[in-house]
Amino acid sequence: MEKFITLTDTAVPLEIENVDTDQIIPARFLKATDKSGFGENLFRDWRFDSNDEPNPEFALNKSEYKGAILVAGDNFGCGSSREHAAWAIKAYGFKVVVSSYFADIFKGNALNNGLLPVQVSPKFLELLFIEITKDPSVEIKVDLEAQEISIPKKDISESFDIDPYKKTCMINGFDDIDFLVSKLDAIKEFETKRSQKLQATKPL
Amino acid sequence: MKKTLFDKIWDSHVVESIPDGPDILYIDKHLIHEVTSPQAFNELKERDISVFRSGQIVATADHNTPTENQHLPVKDLLSRKQLKELTQNCEDNNITLYGLGHPYNGIVHVMAPELGITQPGMTMVCGDSHTSTHGAFGTIAFGIGTSQVSQVFASQCLLVEKPKKLRVNVDGKLKKGVLPKDVILYIISKLGTNSGTGYFCEYAGNVFEEMSMEGRMTVCNMSIEMGARGGLIAPDETTFEYVKDKEFAPKAEDFEAIKAYWETLKTDEDAEFDQEYTFEAEDIEPMITYGTNPGMGIKITGAIPMEGGKSDAKALAYMGFKPGESLLDKTINWIFIGSCTNSRIEDFREAAAYIKGKQKAENVNALIVPGSRQVAAQIEAEGLREVFENAGFTLRQPGCSACLAMNDDKIPAGEYCVSTSNRNFEGRQGQGSRTILASPLTAAATAVSGKLTDFTKNLN
Ligand code: SF4
Repeated sequence: MEKFITLTDTAVPLEIENVDTDQIIPARFLKATDKSGFGENLFRDWRFDSNDEPNPEFALNKSEYKGAILVAGDNFGCGSSREHAAWAIKAYGFKVVVSSYFADIFKGNALNNGLLPVQVSPKFLELLFIEITKDPSVEIKVDLEAQEISIPKKDISESFDIDPYKKTCMINGFDDIDFLVSKLDAIKEFETKRSQKLQATKPL
Repeated sequence: MKKTLFDKIWDSHVVESIPDGPDILYIDKHLIHEVTSPQAFNELKERDISVFRSGQIVATADHNTPTENQHLPVKDLLSRKQLKELTQNCEDNNITLYGLGHPYNGIVHVMAPELGITQPGMTMVCGDSHTSTHGAFGTIAFGIGTSQVSQVFASQCLLVEKPKKLRVNVDGKLKKGVLPKDVILYIISKLGTNSGTGYFCEYAGNVFEEMSMEGRMTVCNMSIEMGARGGLIAPDETTFEYVKDKEFAPKAEDFEAIKAYWETLKTDEDAEFDQEYTFEAEDIEPMITYGTNPGMGIKITGAIPMEGGKSDAKALAYMGFKPGESLLDKTINWIFIGSCTNSRIEDFREAAAYIKGKQKAENVNALIVPGSRQVAAQIEAEGLREVFENAGFTLRQPGCSACLAMNDDKIPAGEYCVSTSNRNFEGRQGQGSRTILASPLTAAATAVSGKLTDFTKNLN
């Protein structure tokens, strides 16, 4: 997994609440058996009309908005568990998603793919939207080490929470599989030691 | 310390707690399907890791499968490739697969419970958010992403933080025509789609105690629609009776022995929850949704709320509705009875009982998709097929079908569909489709009248 320590970049504002994973990547694009190519279909039905023409009103199609930070409305990533959503956002080129709320599974999926979900207060989110739309070239700094998101030019900042274990993983580019495989002995021991009752729930 | 049902199951599955971090949680059963597993298998191959406990994994093909001519090769090439890859991966890794055409094939959350794979006190996961369904058995069951699928392949464990605990109580007597689906749509309409984020939800109260296993599965299924990782209901005689004699359930003395343990799986009196809500059964009526998330629900005779934020306006524009509008008498051209929320035998019995001797309205396309081969066989055996066909409904072969429209079962753009599935997101049932979530009874009644009606008046 790619390491993430700090990032300063411009942002794309997606002022929509409850963005669900069906919008992030519609089900008809889930037929692939590898992880590549999902970026092209990110927000497919919002980005393109039924004739596959780009919708000029959609934030990602507006030439003034660029950068590796996606700033989105409340409750981002709700709905299906499809990790394809995180892959699509990552493949499109985003490294950070900011929202005032993330759905659980999406958040986990993002972290497992080196995409940093930054949860801010509704007030701070509002402020970000105002600043970005006022000046699309405004830079936002996301410092994972310090757990702080800021607009350096404006001297505005807020701290954010992240699970300490996940933070270590992101900073070092580790992932959970490496960790779990290193624990296989403890897992085997647990299997033999667990109570008879639980054993009975085991074989198929 | 007093423990909740959730604590009891969780704590007995913790291999190790990482200081300042997540728990290593042991997973009893891992269900997989064709859409979210291929990349996980690839991940293992790339790292040269083998599947750790293949005997605890069961696979099915459901999301991407056609609901017609299942005996023929799958037409869509990408779908066919995905199914082929699943078969190959299962073969290579010694994993049981109930593929297309197998008598045990079906939607993952329908086939596992009916085979007795799902049992109380277990931890279960699947790369699908509606894994919460299995919580109906007093099981900790939740959906995971593909990276986590590979973690479970590699170690039969997951790194997860213990969620907070929420309890939703519903007591009283449900009105006539109010089904489990209405109960959960009502709860979500009251609490909203992110009220459960960070929580695992226990459903308690006599309404759930008196519910069938099918009904409990419908309720737990939609826990994820209020943002919760999962939902669960304490196992009781109803649960034990259901599990008993199922294909993979423990038999004879083994069953009695484990039942004694299952009986201990309930929340201790005075155990504490981080959050608790209580509703009265009498307040619940048949529900429909009017927007593009499952929290946007009203009773069928109600009106769309006047107030609403930005996304409400967006949702209403998509649906073609106005604030304050009543949806009674709205013409509906499609109904879909199916999906892991409502595709069990009880759902079809409920629909058939209403339809019997009636005809669907001319304008309506009525699609019936059983959740599994076993349910399909039951539909046949109980004579429900004739009921549906005589009424002009189309009965298909099992699968996820129009719930997510990955196959050919799509609702055309702009059309309304009263659907028993769980998500009314934009385009969920096909690009531009407009979904109204409801119970199987509401869907059946809509098919007969060709519009949304207050059918409770016709119930005796
Ligand atoms: S029926 Fe729908 S919700 Fe259920 S598993 Fe299939 S796609 Fe998912």
